[in-house]
Amino acid sequence: MAEKPFIARGFHARRPAAPAGRLPPGQYETRDFPVLSAGPTPRTPLADWDFRVLGSSDDRAARWTWDELHALPRETPTVDIHCVTKWSKFDTAWEGVSVDTLLGDARLGDIAGHAFVVAFCDGGYTTNLPLADVTGGKAWVAFGYDGAPLPPEHGGPARLLVPHLYFWKSAKWVRGLRLLARDEPGFWEQLGYHNRGDPWREQRYQGDL
Amino acid sequence: MTDTAVPARLEWRVATVVHVRDETAHAKTLILDVPQWPGHRAGQHVDVRLIAEDGYEAQRSYSIASPPEEGTVALTVERIESGEVSPYLCDVLREGDGVELRGPIGGYFVWNVSYGGPLLLVGGGSGIVPLMAMLRHYARAEPDVRERVEIRLIYSVRAAADVIYMKEVDALARSTGVRIELTFTRAAPEGWQGYHRRIDRAMLEEVSWPASARQHAYVCGPTPFVESVATLLVELGHDPARVRTERFG
Repeated sequence: MAEKPFIARGFHARRPAAPAGRLPPGQYETRDFPVLSAGPTPRTPLADWDFRVLGSSDDRAARWTWDELHALPRETPTVDIHCVTKWSKFDTAWEGVSVDTLLGDARLGDIAGHAFVVAFCDGGYTTNLPLADVTGGKAWVAFGYDGAPLPPEHGGPARLLVPHLYFWKSAKWVRGLRLLARDEPGFWEQLGYHNRGDPWREQRYQGDL
Repeated sequence: MTDTAVPARLEWRVATVVHVRDETAHAKTLILDVPQWPGHRAGQHVDVRLIAEDGYEAQRSYSIASPPEEGTVALTVERIESGEVSPYLCDVLREGDGVELRGPIGGYFVWNVSYGGPLLLVGGGSGIVPLMAMLRHYARAEPDVRERVEIRLIYSVRAAADVIYMKEVDALARSTGVRIELTFTRAAPEGWQGYHRRIDRAMLEEVSWPASARQHAYVCGPTPFVESVATLLVELGHDPARVRTERFG
């Protein structure tokens, strides 16, 4: 499949090269923090906010209020993020609770039977992930960004943070994770975007290898 | 729903520029002939990829301005001076050149007459582009179909020189009855009787339907513009699930 690339006549790089190995294919580095969402920004009062981890049947559910979530051990990951709309941002600083901590705390007992999760959110957004992509220190429920509370347009009060996948997987306004035995495509995954979304393999759209 | 079909990859295709049209001092429309174009829906976009001789690569997304009914694909590109793809598309690319793209992409910010109305379109600056595809699609629908679907457009621009598609939008308003409200956020033309401010609650109340009409709203433009308009629509009681947004940067 090593086809000869189509050279754009008269096109030259206009940006300084990013540090080697940090920019996935087709991405460019931005210093801004662009906002992309399919609908209005939801605003849920913190008094009504909770985070849930649900098993396949709702009787096995764990729930944390805003204060309870903040009482869990916190981590402060600094990570590069990559949006499918082509921008990448380096060294973003977050504060949140590891999904490992939440799943451990949930004591659902039957996690072994569930290889997938769907994140659900205020506003109705969903995204699906293999359980292996949100465990092992790879994913957080983040409520702090750059030393301050996460702003609503960036997903506050809390968003999922899964920086090794395209950023639509880092669901804004996240309210919980549902554990599933079988994979179920989420919002963008039903609308033509890739099911897994690994930026290093440039898995942007359905059919990308 | 079970889906065992392997989805087809969106292949890169080399499109040919068949026509370049100046829209404003900062925006051009490229009319492209795309081989084996699979067709698109109004509101979708494409990815454009530029590869330099030395292998350097840049990709960006651009909304499609043309309706599904046309055989060619039109992209209206606003030149971002600090950008690297839009200056190439606006200043270097000429008729007869090839340009690589793949698509169509995006299945949410789309509209078809079969979705019905009433339809409120709110565009800021070059955010008009995907909305124009919807208007052009509407203009090609049968008159009896159009009669059942009412459309209103609020188009916010800085000044008259920034208005894209004005003649066509005017003509479309006359031929289809779409209500067009232009608002100038900086300089309005001499003698301008219409809106001359940023879109605010009062303007949205005046132009949109009451919440009970369950309008579909499509809002596209720069992030602060979309944040503001979408939030106001929700505050006015419109169902958030019927407010679709597309934000530029």
